[in-house]
Amino acid sequence: MDIFLDALPALGSAWGQILQPIVLGYLVMGVCMGLAIGVFPGLGGIAGLSLLLPFMFGMDPILGLALMIGMVAVVPTSDTFASVLMGIPGSSASQATVLDGFPMAKKGQAARALSAAFASSLFGGLVGAAFLTFFILVARPLVLKFQSPELLMVSVFGLSMVGILAGRIAIKGIVAAGLGMLIGTIGEGPFNGELRMASYDFPYLTDGLKLVIVGLGIFAIPEIVALLRQDKAISDRQALGGGWILGIKDWWANKWLSARCSIIGVVVGVIPGLGGSVVDWIAYGHTIQTAKGKDQFGKGDVRGVIGPESSNNAKEGGGLVPTLLFGIPGSGSMAIFIGALALLGNGIDVGPSLLENNLDFVYSIVWLLALANVVGTVLCIAMSGGIARLTNIRFALLAPFIFMVIAFAAFQSGQNLMDLVALFAIGFLGILMRRFDWSRPAFLIGFVLSTPVENYSNNAYQIQSIKFRQGWETGMDYILSWITITLIVITVVSVVVGLRQAKNILAEGDVPSGGKRAPLVFLLAVLGFIAYALYDTATIPDYAWTDRVFPVFVASISLVGAVILLVQMMLKPETHTLFADRETGTEAEGNTYGLWPTLAWFAFLLCLTAVTGFIIALAVFLISFLRIRAGLSWVHTCLYALAGLAFMLAMAWLLGRDFPPGVLQSYFDLPWPFT
Amino acid sequence: MSLSKFTRRAAMALAAAAFALPASADVDMSGKTIEWTIPFSETGGSAKWANFFAPLLSEALPGNPTVVVKFMPGAGSTKGANWFQEQTGGDGTVMFGSSGSTQFPYLLGDPRVRYEYKDWNPVMASGTGGVAYLNAEAGAKFDGSANNLKDMTFIYGNQGATRLDIIPALAWKMLGMNVEHVLGIKGRGDGRKMFESGEATIDYQTSSGYLKGSAALVEAGKAVPMMTWGSIDADGNIVRDPTFPDMPTFKEVCEATDGCETSGDQWEAWKAFFIAGFPSQKIAFLPAGTDPEIVETFSNAFAKIAARDDFAEISAKRLGKYPMYTGAAAKDALANAITVNDSARAFVQGWLKEDFGVELK
Repeated sequence: MDIFLDALPALGSAWGQILQPIVLGYLVMGVCMGLAIGVFPGLGGIAGLSLLLPFMFGMDPILGLALMIGMVAVVPTSDTFASVLMGIPGSSASQATVLDGFPMAKKGQAARALSAAFASSLFGGLVGAAFLTFFILVARPLVLKFQSPELLMVSVFGLSMVGILAGRIAIKGIVAAGLGMLIGTIGEGPFNGELRMASYDFPYLTDGLKLVIVGLGIFAIPEIVALLRQDKAISDRQALGGGWILGIKDWWANKWLSARCSIIGVVVGVIPGLGGSVVDWIAYGHTIQTAKGKDQFGKGDVRGVIGPESSNNAKEGGGLVPTLLFGIPGSGSMAIFIGALALLGNGIDVGPSLLENNLDFVYSIVWLLALANVVGTVLCIAMSGGIARLTNIRFALLAPFIFMVIAFAAFQSGQNLMDLVALFAIGFLGILMRRFDWSRPAFLIGFVLSTPVENYSNNAYQIQSIKFRQGWETGMDYILSWITITLIVITVVSVVVGLRQAKNILAEGDVPSGGKRAPLVFLLAVLGFIAYALYDTATIPDYAWTDRVFPVFVASISLVGAVILLVQMMLKPETHTLFADRETGTEAEGNTYGLWPTLAWFAFLLCLTAVTGFIIALAVFLISFLRIRAGLSWVHTCLYALAGLAFMLAMAWLLGRDFPPGVLQSYFDLPWPFT
Repeated sequence: MSLSKFTRRAAMALAAAAFALPASADVDMSGKTIEWTIPFSETGGSAKWANFFAPLLSEALPGNPTVVVKFMPGAGSTKGANWFQEQTGGDGTVMFGSSGSTQFPYLLGDPRVRYEYKDWNPVMASGTGGVAYLNAEAGAKFDGSANNLKDMTFIYGNQGATRLDIIPALAWKMLGMNVEHVLGIKGRGDGRKMFESGEATIDYQTSSGYLKGSAALVEAGKAVPMMTWGSIDADGNIVRDPTFPDMPTFKEVCEATDGCETSGDQWEAWKAFFIAGFPSQKIAFLPAGTDPEIVETFSNAFAKIAARDDFAEISAKRLGKYPMYTGAAAKDALANAITVNDSARAFVQGWLKEDFGVELK
């Protein structure tokens, strides 16, 4: 109890510091800047914080802190706009929000979904801060209990969420997750640097694919293309009046769910190394498992928004624990946060001594974060009514701009034209997975967790073999702690329960069946890739066996799954759900345009970029798309295109970024922004 | 001497000659944006280093241009360095910062290396040191030599056989210690967490990492410092690290330990790689073919930073007490960083193959 009593003065002094008008002013400024960047998908806190870094040097620590935290805190709130309104995961924090948020927007309930999400975010952020105030005092020994086997089991538990998101045919979900994991292993092996499914002659893939690209590709591109083909607005009915009050009532009705998910958010966020990238999935899984009446999930159940959104703001608080106490950043934005702390030059460095010497500083961070959540949420709710009207605009007018932003965001990850090619390729895979009802959430979970599962299993394996050499008991003590055993039990229960319920949860709506050929061709292509991955990784030489084990294991299981699917396809009639194909049902009839012409527009932008560089290509793309596809008058076309270009240039200039160059740039030295 | 090597040397001689000319620093950089590319992520020591210097550099350059630090992580910095090799004829708006992890693959002949240090123009170099430490149990047995540690098994979280971890790994091997390497740790911060949680029993950190995190563990009695890698004096001898004057160097521990020699191939190889990796670990470059006047301007700007009244104080806090080289001294530092003799290289290549199974073609 003593430590808590000691903590009280620190808490008081922290509040004294925070509640100065100038500190609050900087906080609000940070929140506004964060909002301005966070509403654009893919440009999360990392871009924002990098923007702030140059100003940090020599700034008054508490003011700099307020500015920075304002910016970080609001990102998991503001990225909800993209997730709900456009079906685009704005950042890794709102992947799961897409599943129910976007269908709600389609039903004209965008404002309701948004306000429920924001209320949950706010609540989650506050619960997180309150919990953290006490927890941070005792967190250290607990976090240290998480050694490699425990971390591995947490990752595996995250992976078990695939069970509930697998869709109607469990094996398909498992193969989708396997596919995601295999794509996650592309590039240099983490241990010996052996190449997997890549070659030095083609350097782009040696670094592997980035989450931004895979997330945007697998979720955003299929939705954009599907909406464009229908040539309507996102919402197919009139917006309901007073939606945002309804959303807050929804949250209140589910306050216990929200509280539970907040705690899940903090606790999972605390575990170092996972970066909280699975928190929203775990919260979503929990929401479904504990919900009564599950048939609306994936079609627009507000609880599917409340759960993940409660957890993702709480997670930011939890993520502070490894960042501040161990100097291990839990996410990209936390990494920059550490760098910026050093820039503040107040002699405070993150790490083991922080808690003993600077507890008031830690509390300032925790509660600034909570306060920023409040400010950010209020602003977001105020904005939501207006922004939600975007869903009533004809989509052909939005699409080129959305595509412009995600292409820019994708390019930021690697500063390479190949980023756009990768985005396009993954987007195409996403389109096909959506069409044939392969679980895209399962794929993404596999991709996200591929790296931690491989790392921890390798570390755990290497260390356990050393420990077992020292003695049987030492080894068993190491691999079977009470945490590991508990996690194994939870995981098994979660998988069993999940698989049983998965049939009722159509994470992506109902998909009709019909026709054998197309689904079969897709399965064969998947099978072909898995077989290639197996062949490619199995031939890694023996001295680098650590780089071989994981992909070979995943590929083998996926191969077995895919072969089982193939056999089933041969035996079952073509009306079976196995042959789900969106091109056959009512949705297909609503399509005004074909898949290929729509896709060709994006291919056009891509090819033109390769020739003339992004900015020139974008200008041509915007004008031709708005004029020809959207059918605007020349005046409107030019106005819209100019606005788009001006926005893009302002954004890039503010963030100090370049655009992808093309062939033209290798012959001529052009001034920015044409470089 | 091959033709390309010859032209390179000729170019360097020319550059040196240009350097000797009296400086007419008429370069004005006002309104320009200098992009300083760091081939690592935002968390690492190089990021700290560049973030520390960027605002100072902006102040010191004529016309106060904006200095932006950009990050281009990938393939342990090889990606960024290969990219920088392609940049030519700079007008001073492109800068690059390399580190020990850029130097080692270059020295070891990694097939992915497509960059040539000798083409680039160094404008500033600075060094760092490193500290190895033991857990409390082993620390109690440590008496300034490794004699009592030889019957223990240690576990170490290693970032990769060909990374900067060569230095601790080879040092422990030379001391006859039995260290098991858990390969594939993502950064030294993760290594320290493994040490703290008891999974690893021995660890090493660069100076800033040690001051920031591990020193607190030592205070709490959970860790015992074993040795520093030392520092190089003007005559090329290894002396105590000025940041940690109370800790013995590896050289001292080696001399006190039975069977560890501070001469011969093994020692020379360790020393060569240490000199390449630490005393001039981080170097700021302008690209090949940059106008000598611009190179001069940058060199002078960094010299001006080093001459600031408060420089010793602010840099000691953020980077540790290590020398910073500019102008001709930076060139010497670079020469040190990229030279190891063939026998040292061959020794390390052979050792990596034998102990880690790593083949470098």
